[in-house]
Amino acid sequence: MHAAHSSEAHLAHHFPGVKAQFEAGKLGMWIFLATEILLFGGLFCAYAVYRANHPEIFIYAHRYLDNLLGGINTAVLIFSSFTMALAVRAAQLGRQKALQRLLSATIACGFVFLGIKYVEYEHKWKEGLLWGKRFKPVHEEKAAPREVPPPKALTWVNPEERSTLAPPADPPAGLAVRPAEAHGEHIVPQNVQLFFSVYFVMTGLHGIHVVAGMIVLSWILLRARLGEFSAAYFTPVDLAGLYWHLVDLIWIYLFPLLYLIH
Amino acid sequence: MSVPLGNALAADNYLNHEKGWRSWLFTLDHKRIGVMYLVSILASFLLGGIFALLIRMELWTPGRTIMDAHTYNQMFTLHGAAMIFLFIIPGIPAALGNFVLPLMLGAKDVAFPRLNLLSYYLWVVGALLALVSIVTGAVDTGWTFYTPYSTTTNTSVISMTLGAFILGFSSIFTGLNFIVSIHKLRPPSMTWFKMPLFLWGLYGTAIIQILATPVLGITLLLLIAERALGVGIFDPALGGDPVLFQHFFWFYSHPAVYIMILPAMGVISELVATFSHRHIFGYRFIAMSSIAIAVISFLVWGHHMFVSGQSNLASLIFSILTFLVAIPSAVKVFNWIATMYKGEVELATPMLYALSFLFLFGIGGLTGLFLGALATDVHLTDTYFVVAHFHYTMFGGTAIAFFGGLFYWWPKSTGKLYKEAWARLGAFLIFIGFNTTFLAQFLMGAQGMPRRYYNYLPEFAPYHKVSTLGAFILAVGFLIAAATLVHSLFAGEPAPANPWGAATLEWQTTSPPPHDNFPTQPEPGDPYEVDKWVYDPAARGYVLVPAAASAGRA
Repeated sequence: MHAAHSSEAHLAHHFPGVKAQFEAGKLGMWIFLATEILLFGGLFCAYAVYRANHPEIFIYAHRYLDNLLGGINTAVLIFSSFTMALAVRAAQLGRQKALQRLLSATIACGFVFLGIKYVEYEHKWKEGLLWGKRFKPVHEEKAAPREVPPPKALTWVNPEERSTLAPPADPPAGLAVRPAEAHGEHIVPQNVQLFFSVYFVMTGLHGIHVVAGMIVLSWILLRARLGEFSAAYFTPVDLAGLYWHLVDLIWIYLFPLLYLIH
Repeated sequence: MSVPLGNALAADNYLNHEKGWRSWLFTLDHKRIGVMYLVSILASFLLGGIFALLIRMELWTPGRTIMDAHTYNQMFTLHGAAMIFLFIIPGIPAALGNFVLPLMLGAKDVAFPRLNLLSYYLWVVGALLALVSIVTGAVDTGWTFYTPYSTTTNTSVISMTLGAFILGFSSIFTGLNFIVSIHKLRPPSMTWFKMPLFLWGLYGTAIIQILATPVLGITLLLLIAERALGVGIFDPALGGDPVLFQHFFWFYSHPAVYIMILPAMGVISELVATFSHRHIFGYRFIAMSSIAIAVISFLVWGHHMFVSGQSNLASLIFSILTFLVAIPSAVKVFNWIATMYKGEVELATPMLYALSFLFLFGIGGLTGLFLGALATDVHLTDTYFVVAHFHYTMFGGTAIAFFGGLFYWWPKSTGKLYKEAWARLGAFLIFIGFNTTFLAQFLMGAQGMPRRYYNYLPEFAPYHKVSTLGAFILAVGFLIAAATLVHSLFAGEPAPANPWGAATLEWQTTSPPPHDNFPTQPEPGDPYEVDKWVYDPAARGYVLVPAAASAGRA
């Protein structure tokens, strides 16, 4: 009786029934997720265009990213998706304590992710490995790529021949193509900053989404503490869960695209 | 079934259900939100119209007439931005659609009323940011914000693009709300092919709003990041590609012209059926052509970039795909004409707008083929021919349909009838003024007058003078139309429930509708079965024929 009462209490006057309202909420959330995918879709498209036109930049510059930290972050987010799925399950079964614990765990994973991301960003900041105009590598030795043999398939072509774009107005000191090394292994391609522009825009927009997801989940946690959810009414938990999974999913694409380039 | 009759103003309705300004600003009622949108959007139209008149006055003579070149650049940018982002895109869906969609479904509200109010306030915030940009150094980039100029000009590009970004979210939430409402609030007896065609138009529009607008969102975010942080994704000096901006921009902004025209076509389907007093011809073809236009709209953006450094093969493919749009568009036009054929065509004000639409959109659509063809487009790119073409489709199409819909649903939303003679005079002057303004632009464009130019050769002066005169006839037409509507609010006769004899559900409630939309839940049937309605002089409107009588007549 209590369950039936609490579900009716959330029924808006313009819906024929609780089921229709739940389905409407779910459809609305899926449509919203579609818009999120298209928002990132523009960035994935920019990534594809630039990587296809300038593979040398991506192969050279991705080595400045830390695979270990990126990998840990991937694991953290996948684990948070697991706790989120369990949280929805707990809400459906009306297990209040478990719901609150699992939501807290998910939010904690968000903090761990952002913390690790901060360490990565700070390192890049100190090295001057930033986007576009702000790209000014400071420590040439430290900033040098890890010893990874350059892929055999890649033959360096003069950028003027590969691309119709103008060379950078002001090539960053220390990273410009050195004629003596034109056939060597450690060739620094032009426009390395393009990779960092793409990297910071994509991970930055994703980071904003992680923060938004954590805010939403905190609000859900607050409502869960107030005992608003039950086996008969758990729509907000379900919808917030869908959003969180999407945020995780986008990272699962970002990690290999930015860190694991061969 | 008892039919609510006219003169319901004294009774409880959505306008007097609650009182005070709070009851409007915090309302969740789709009808009130629709009215708030209407007022705001008409104010934007007035603003954009004033910019247009200033542009036309400046172009009265070559060289300086009333303003300097920089101000002129700002004027045409603000005219375009205000008309596109504040008026045409939200116009029909957010103002008319918000009011009509739940009524047509026989529902009490849209699926997410709070989201609906949020999308209104997002519109307000976006509009305010656009106003801020006018005050703090108005943008002079043109409404397309092309890089690299938009990243280097010292006008307030950021607040304008941020405004457009927020307006985009408003548009997305409206589309989301409409799709969910149509899926989940449609009564079981109203199948997809029993929906009024306006809802098909809104559904197709909503699909585009949802799938295209986020791409504009990310494009504008990148532009803001470019200006504020120097990200360089569109900056060739930093390895970026300015043509990518154009691809992104038009990936949204071409489908966006169908965000503008699809709901307009939906309005025209209603107007033509109602005022021909005949069942709509080719219902399924009109419905499916809306979806076909929505799908094709995503595949044609490259036709804005024929001269922007796109490969010849890509241009060829985009050109062919562009021609495809003509097919579903023509399907609609022929079905509307077939509906009028042997109908009892009643030349009421909304029908005058609908007929204007057919004429103007016909010209706009056919001149689009000149621009879609590669060889002629190279000659016509960036001339007044393009300006005339998109004004014939956007203004002659969407804006005219918007005003047709406004006059059509005005008695329903306000409960007042306007003076028919004055409204017709307004519609007539708008038609004359519009053609005077823009036919001249076709002619000078074909002869090579470039768009957006401040100065021009003396041989173009006669065309510019005719165009400017036309703009003022247009303005007089709109003043008369506006005065007619405002007059009706204060001195109009009370409107009957169904003044036009339409069979869609919104006419089966009182004018204006009660807070919960229907005094008695209507039974959805064929939305174009107009034979069931006859004029009743006592009610001064149409009433349902009793079932026995209609069976006897048949």
